[in-house]
Amino acid sequence: MVVAKNVFKLFGKKKVVEDVSITIQKGKITSLIGPNGAGKSTLLSMVSRLLTSDGGEITIDELDVAKCRGNELAKKVSILKQANHVTLKLTVKELVSFGRFPYSQGKLTKEDDKHVEEAIRYMELTDLQDTYLNELSGGQKQRAYLAMVIAQDTDYILLDEPLNNLDMKHAVQMMKVLRKLVDERGKTVAIVIHDINFASCYSDQIIAMKDGKVVREGTVQEIIQSNVLKEIYEMDIEIENICNNKICVYYA
Amino acid sequence: MNLKWKVFILAVLSLVLIGIYMLTNAGGNWDYIMPRRGMKILAMVITGGTIAVSTVIFQTITNNRILTPSILGLDSLYMLIQTSLVFIIGSGSVMIMNRNVNFMITVAVMVVFSGLLYKLLFKREESNIYFLLLLGLIFGTFFSSISTFMQVLLDPNEFLRVQDKMFASFNNIHTDLVWIGLIAIALGVIWMLPYLKYLDVVALGKDQAVNLGVDYDRVVKHLFLIIAVFISIATALVGPITFLGLLVANVTYEVMKTYRHSYLFAASIFISIIALVGGQLLVERVFTFATTLSVIVNFVGGVYFLYLLLRERS
Repeated sequence: MVVAKNVFKLFGKKKVVEDVSITIQKGKITSLIGPNGAGKSTLLSMVSRLLTSDGGEITIDELDVAKCRGNELAKKVSILKQANHVTLKLTVKELVSFGRFPYSQGKLTKEDDKHVEEAIRYMELTDLQDTYLNELSGGQKQRAYLAMVIAQDTDYILLDEPLNNLDMKHAVQMMKVLRKLVDERGKTVAIVIHDINFASCYSDQIIAMKDGKVVREGTVQEIIQSNVLKEIYEMDIEIENICNNKICVYYA
Repeated sequence: MNLKWKVFILAVLSLVLIGIYMLTNAGGNWDYIMPRRGMKILAMVITGGTIAVSTVIFQTITNNRILTPSILGLDSLYMLIQTSLVFIIGSGSVMIMNRNVNFMITVAVMVVFSGLLYKLLFKREESNIYFLLLLGLIFGTFFSSISTFMQVLLDPNEFLRVQDKMFASFNNIHTDLVWIGLIAIALGVIWMLPYLKYLDVVALGKDQAVNLGVDYDRVVKHLFLIIAVFISIATALVGPITFLGLLVANVTYEVMKTYRHSYLFAASIFISIIALVGGQLLVERVFTFATTLSVIVNFVGGVYFLYLLLRERS
């Protein structure tokens, strides 16, 4: 379980995240939604210690993020940011092998090789494993990075807008993989996501943020409702039930 | 080709060049020539190796292939130190005449300056690479302006003393300094060892490195200070020479085509030795001292730099 208590973050004098307390439940997909500038990515970055908080406390399974040793945390939680631009000449397999760094410190054991191979297979990248990253398409690259995260084998996986720049097919594929990771392997996934229909169809819990504060927190049923979404996005959104999925129609 | 083979071939090439340099054109005075040439070679290996390694580390930390540590303004600071010593105390003073004292002062000031620069830059959370470039450039320009100002006012004889220091040269290496430098660098290498394994990961960028459990700020701080110490020692030993790093580091990446720093380091050190010993051979045997090593290195490096810029465009 990830618990954030009264977390603050200031950029200069601006409060980007203000007194936020959330709980990310174990074994579920939690989506963070909200308008641009709501502080979702900042919050996720703080949970994954990419940013330090200016107040409050964040714990992952009772480990304090601010005090825990980096290497211990790297076996517990992984993060994938949206901008992954690497200038190195790396093959897919080499990138995925980096996921084992917290365990092997760069010297891969047989055990590590097994994890790497398995992660590549899981993301269906076997044919591409010796291809260089800069030769891959956006969707393939995203899959390669996710394979690295899978090889890292952490209980908690945080993703910052993983669907950015992906077409429908790849976006759905990505969400299905995340779903599978949660359902089959008991991982806990938290994502920052802009497309509320993806949040509605694939997640269990939704946390809605606005202006640095948490507006709503609850299950998909509770959040995907016209009046709640109006409060968050300040626009009229109709909800239709299509094939047992709640679909938001906001193209008015 | 296998990476180990590439390194091996580079090693053989540098040994061959060293061999040619040591053994040809001796004129029979072996007792006189061997120790002198040996010292030069040793100095070239030390400076070449440290410049190469620190440039590779610097480019890894900054994730940028066209930066060299000279952007930090250490070269200009070196000139400023030398100029102000002559300007304020005079060329006859012990700080200029005694190379050991001069070496110590230079290294100390440069390391302290780098420490301060580090404090300024990396204490901020959003340590921005462009901010670093800007500050380094401004400091560099500032230092060289002050140096030029003082040099203009200097007595011509005193100025000659400063001019001696303006170009990297292996022709006048002081034996004591080589040994001091060697010890200092050995200490630096021991300091560096625990951080080497992190370099491959740091090359992925800050976010990925933190994600993979690297204590990024601490690692980068130590690497940065190690770079500063290495550059300071190399510069204090032979003069401003950081430009060599750009050439060597980029040739290394092209030759090795790998991200693994253990291979990059080995290859860059040998390429550096090839460049320096080869350059020195040209200076001594082809141009018969009509030009300086840094002119040759800067010329080749400059042409390569232009090529790099043009290629990045297309």
